[in-house]
Amino acid sequence: MTDDFTIIPTPHTRRRHKSELRFQWYGKAAIIAALGFLVLMIGSIGYKGVGVIYQTKIELDIQLNADAFDPAQLRKADFSGLVKTALRARFPDVKNRRQKRRLYGLVSSDAGFELRKMVEGNPNLIGSTIKIQLTASDDIDTFIKGKIDKNLPESDRRVKDVEINWIEKLQADNSVVQVFNTAFFTSGDSREPELAGILSALVGSFFTLLVCFLLSFPIGVLAAIYLEEFAPKNRWSDLIEININNLAAVPSIVFGLLGLTIFLNTFGLPRSSPLVGGMVLALMTIPTIIIASRASLRAVPPSIREAALSIGATRVQTTFHHVAPLALPGMLTGSIVGMAQALGETAPLIMIGMVAFIVDVPASILEPATALPVQIFLWADSPERAFVERTSAAIIVLLGFLVVMNLGAILLRKKFEQRF
Amino acid sequence: MSKIVESLPNIPEVLPLDPAPQADPAVRVKPLITARNVNVFYGQKQALQNISLEVPANQVTALIGPSGCGKTTFLRCINRMNDLIDICRVEGSIEIGGQDIYHKDVDVVTLRAQVGMVFQKPNPFPKSIFENVAYGPRIHGLAASKAELQDIVEASLEKAGLLAEVHDRMNAPGTSLSGGQQQRLCIARTIAVEPKIILMDEPCSALDPIATARIEELIDELRENYTIIIVTHSMQQAARVSQRTAFFHMGELVEEGATEQIFTAPRDERTQSYITGRIG
Repeated sequence: MTDDFTIIPTPHTRRRHKSELRFQWYGKAAIIAALGFLVLMIGSIGYKGVGVIYQTKIELDIQLNADAFDPAQLRKADFSGLVKTALRARFPDVKNRRQKRRLYGLVSSDAGFELRKMVEGNPNLIGSTIKIQLTASDDIDTFIKGKIDKNLPESDRRVKDVEINWIEKLQADNSVVQVFNTAFFTSGDSREPELAGILSALVGSFFTLLVCFLLSFPIGVLAAIYLEEFAPKNRWSDLIEININNLAAVPSIVFGLLGLTIFLNTFGLPRSSPLVGGMVLALMTIPTIIIASRASLRAVPPSIREAALSIGATRVQTTFHHVAPLALPGMLTGSIVGMAQALGETAPLIMIGMVAFIVDVPASILEPATALPVQIFLWADSPERAFVERTSAAIIVLLGFLVVMNLGAILLRKKFEQRF
Repeated sequence: MSKIVESLPNIPEVLPLDPAPQADPAVRVKPLITARNVNVFYGQKQALQNISLEVPANQVTALIGPSGCGKTTFLRCINRMNDLIDICRVEGSIEIGGQDIYHKDVDVVTLRAQVGMVFQKPNPFPKSIFENVAYGPRIHGLAASKAELQDIVEASLEKAGLLAEVHDRMNAPGTSLSGGQQQRLCIARTIAVEPKIILMDEPCSALDPIATARIEELIDELRENYTIIIVTHSMQQAARVSQRTAFFHMGELVEEGATEQIFTAPRDERTQSYITGRIG
């Protein structure tokens, strides 16, 4: 028998080792591919979106002649006229009307407001000549950021030779500056890319998810607890389980239609509001939460239930004192998966009107609002070149929101985690 | 009785110890638990057939028999833990102190507070040692104040022979204790709600011999104040700790009597075969 004893690999074991090695390589290749795609996606979005941090401003000297202002009604003064005058003064040789319009187009259509804000903030400036940094228009901003190719034929680019000429002159005088783009983070949507901001969508998404969480978490968790811990196991509970699983697979736009007909048309809730958005998203999040919560309740060892029941705890006490706390981390994980899905959901929100062009930052869940994914969709759909960079930036904000949400969930989970 | 406690060795022996002095069935007191014609079904399958058994108070009754013979099922009928299993159906009657525990007016929660249970695998709550013991008295409102609760917890741990080992770390998680300590913690948790009866489902099967001896010693001490029914796979253990023994086989109660009699002069052939190791 001892002759048969061999510890060198036989052809058979060698084949088995080879297949194991091969499998490990498949796994590694899959992970590398997945990471590669992730890096590619985040890299390209980041590369496109990072420019938003800076906004081009054009510095102009503006003469604030006292006779242009009525001290009682500062607002009524022609601020954009003053800006135009300053521009004409800067480039006195521009005569023809079309060229003048191009010249005025160097700065944003909001330049007059910027001047007004400054003057209203400090009326003592009237009578003097001031230096002011005015937001450049989107095309100029895009050009300065190097995203418009100068070598293209003039007819193929949005920025014409004459404008390039002016810009170069302004640059020579150090009158073109790049400053931190506060507008993007502090204002709502706008037709003008240089004025468009993410704040209203961000706040809208926050309110929507808040409503969604406040509705779906308690409903989902309580439904799961009832089904798992209390409901008798019979044909009815099987039927309910199958239907919940099916519900989780229903396309989100169907929930949007449901929200449209029931919440808006039947109940008459405010259109485009985060309240309705959150309710619709809750509808599609509840099945996910129920399924995840049931799984985590099922993972609590029965011995814990027996321990509590055997010393005379009621079923409710057993569930809420012992079982649910142990299942809570799993429930939170499930909820966060559901919430992350809800955060990225666009279709149902479009159905209930959250696709509207909302300029103001919503102050409550009843005011019209839009959400981050819808904002991304809207900007991606806009023809202006400068919206490309804003779309990418909005995606970064959306991903950032997601990361913050996940971090919160992980912290909560760590806090509630108990060993058993 | 204290004599017995002292005479219990630390390391389990194979041979039965001196049985308790009241071995004569004629002087038996009125039984505390009376089971009559108990039939238990799991769905279509019958797990227990016509079990009739009387369990005297303040004694240790051992249920022995091969795996799957229904002894645990019977044990779980006594505090109605079988209610948790949807497909389980119990017929017949089990009376405790003359009251049928399967009557429709019976409150299971009150019943279980008086019929505690210790399980095969130690199952402390994933909470502190203190909380493990304090939970029962708290939900039953047994302590009027924090100090009183503290007293109950300490007294229970003391009775379970664990206080000396844990008094300086009451806030440590119960799950951080050793297996034997965990099982004694579970016993402390059970006696903290002042039950009359303690059911033990193979309480030592997951423990080493030293921890087993410790628990057995404890069972003998607890007998003074509680009626104990213990399911065990170890015949030596049954012989060591119990005064009465019931032998189950294939869902039937084959034989029941004083432990000494069961082990030395079994009446039924199957009992004979089992205790000599031929079946099981």
